[in-house]
Amino acid sequence: MSLREVNDRRIGIVGAGKLGTAVARAALDAGYDVAIAGSGPAERIALIVDVLAPGARVMTTTEVVDQTDLILLAVPAHRFRELDRDLFAGKILIDAMNYWEPIDGVNEELATAPRGTSVLVQSWFSSARVVKSFNQLGYHDVDEDRMARGERGRIAMAVAGDDREAVEVVRELVDALGFDALYVGPLEAGVALQPDGLVFGVALTASELARLLWDEAKLA
Amino acid sequence: MDMDDFEFGLDSFVVPSLDEHGEVQRGDVTIRNTVEEAVLADQVGIDSYNIAEHYREDFMDSAADVILAAIAGRTSRIRLGTAVTVLSTQDPVRIYHQFATLDAVSNGRAQLVLGRGSLTESFPLFGYDLSEYEELFEEKLDLLVRLLREQPVTWSGKYRPALVNQYLYPPLPEGHIPTWVGVGGSPQSVVRAARYGLPLMLAVIGGSPLRFKPYVELYHRALDEYGFAPRPVGMHSHGFVARTDEEAVEIQYPHWAHTWQRAANERGWRAPTLEGFRTEMERGSLYVGSPETVATKMASMIRQLGLSRFDLSYATGRVPFEQRLSTIELFGNEVIPRVKELLTDANYDPATALASVAVTPGA
Repeated sequence: MSLREVNDRRIGIVGAGKLGTAVARAALDAGYDVAIAGSGPAERIALIVDVLAPGARVMTTTEVVDQTDLILLAVPAHRFRELDRDLFAGKILIDAMNYWEPIDGVNEELATAPRGTSVLVQSWFSSARVVKSFNQLGYHDVDEDRMARGERGRIAMAVAGDDREAVEVVRELVDALGFDALYVGPLEAGVALQPDGLVFGVALTASELARLLWDEAKLA
Repeated sequence: MDMDDFEFGLDSFVVPSLDEHGEVQRGDVTIRNTVEEAVLADQVGIDSYNIAEHYREDFMDSAADVILAAIAGRTSRIRLGTAVTVLSTQDPVRIYHQFATLDAVSNGRAQLVLGRGSLTESFPLFGYDLSEYEELFEEKLDLLVRLLREQPVTWSGKYRPALVNQYLYPPLPEGHIPTWVGVGGSPQSVVRAARYGLPLMLAVIGGSPLRFKPYVELYHRALDEYGFAPRPVGMHSHGFVARTDEEAVEIQYPHWAHTWQRAANERGWRAPTLEGFRTEMERGSLYVGSPETVATKMASMIRQLGLSRFDLSYATGRVPFEQRLSTIELFGNEVIPRVKELLTDANYDPATALASVAVTPGA
């Protein structure tokens, strides 16, 4: 799969909650073709998508995967293993999930994952090309902080991943949706993007964000 | 806009305040003070007083129904409710008993907001698994709605024993108890409120309230799809009223920062800053300032979101008792009449009105 092929301005979203619908809106605004699935039958989320992300195409998870090579996964973190391990084979899979006790319940494995939860996601979906992003900012930041490229004070989203080509695709997506994309290293560097991580919930410019991570690296 | 049916409420987490020596007040004192605050709210014309539900050292609201019953005995007009009742970890049969009894002792003034709240201590405390939150809420909402709407009830579910032709006592008058569903931004929860035909309470505690506009539209569309007539939409947000904007910031900010710092430590959020506080005042969901500032912002949001109820979660954190009383007095005597005045003015334009507020410059 070449960069050109996955950059045809199509994105699939699995999960039609707060974040999934916010990313869908941003992607539609950026001129993307958006396919979105919730849990269960498509009718269940048809109204939600029609109101919150009009223009996105509602379909089943399998259909979303068939439609696109770039997929954002935004289901509750304690439920990703309910999806088939080979569902996303060969696809670029953006892990936008956060382990959040109030939503996910107490889950020691997710709470203490030493290399971050995305490493667990990658080992479950071992045939997918997992990139971690869209989980550092809140869903309302995705709505409110979007800015055109080059605008002063544009907010950055961190991107972490082992597959550099997949990372580049996700960086282009982040940029197209209205944020500077800052590559922060391999998937396990994504620990900094998670709750309790250094840059979780931090809306800063790329240089400020880089500075924060750099200072931390020096101290470590 | 007709303001007769509009509900202006106050919400309390029953937070131990700092006393005159800077000491944290005892729990029992806090609870008695809360009763006094609600009595004052009744006197100054506020429509409802609503108490939350938590199980931790910084909130004394573990038994809202008991505090509300005490308030009922001292008041005659104000409606008495919750904000929110964590239904997922309660038995709907017991909720019915408690609030039907409250409705009786208060002569029909009980009301409920059901939701998840943002804290989760009740799950381990009562032996529930948070990862089953959705199933728990759905099942318990289904049962409670049935108990409130029609008896006897025959029902079976996963989380409590079945009921067969069961009557509960005391019986409730038709249409009691007004029951709202509180949501924090999950579209699925908005649709669920509509599916049960229950009014919707939006908890907006950060960012621009106007981003909830699509959720209001989603709610109305879903109501229509489920065959219900339009239902009211309300909003719950934090705020504090003082004589001037600067005084309000001076009193409220340190306590707000203390509360948010604690949340930041527990949940991995960013630390609170004065700049962030002022941004929330100016463009976000904090209603802090003089009566005019708070009324202007409230009126604007009420009009733009099409609300029928506004609950102010007043005096965030350990704000001292005297200052809590003073914010209640200003809210009842000045803010509410001013909001009504603005919203009944035929020429009122929410957008320009908000822009014209003299917003305090950043520190």
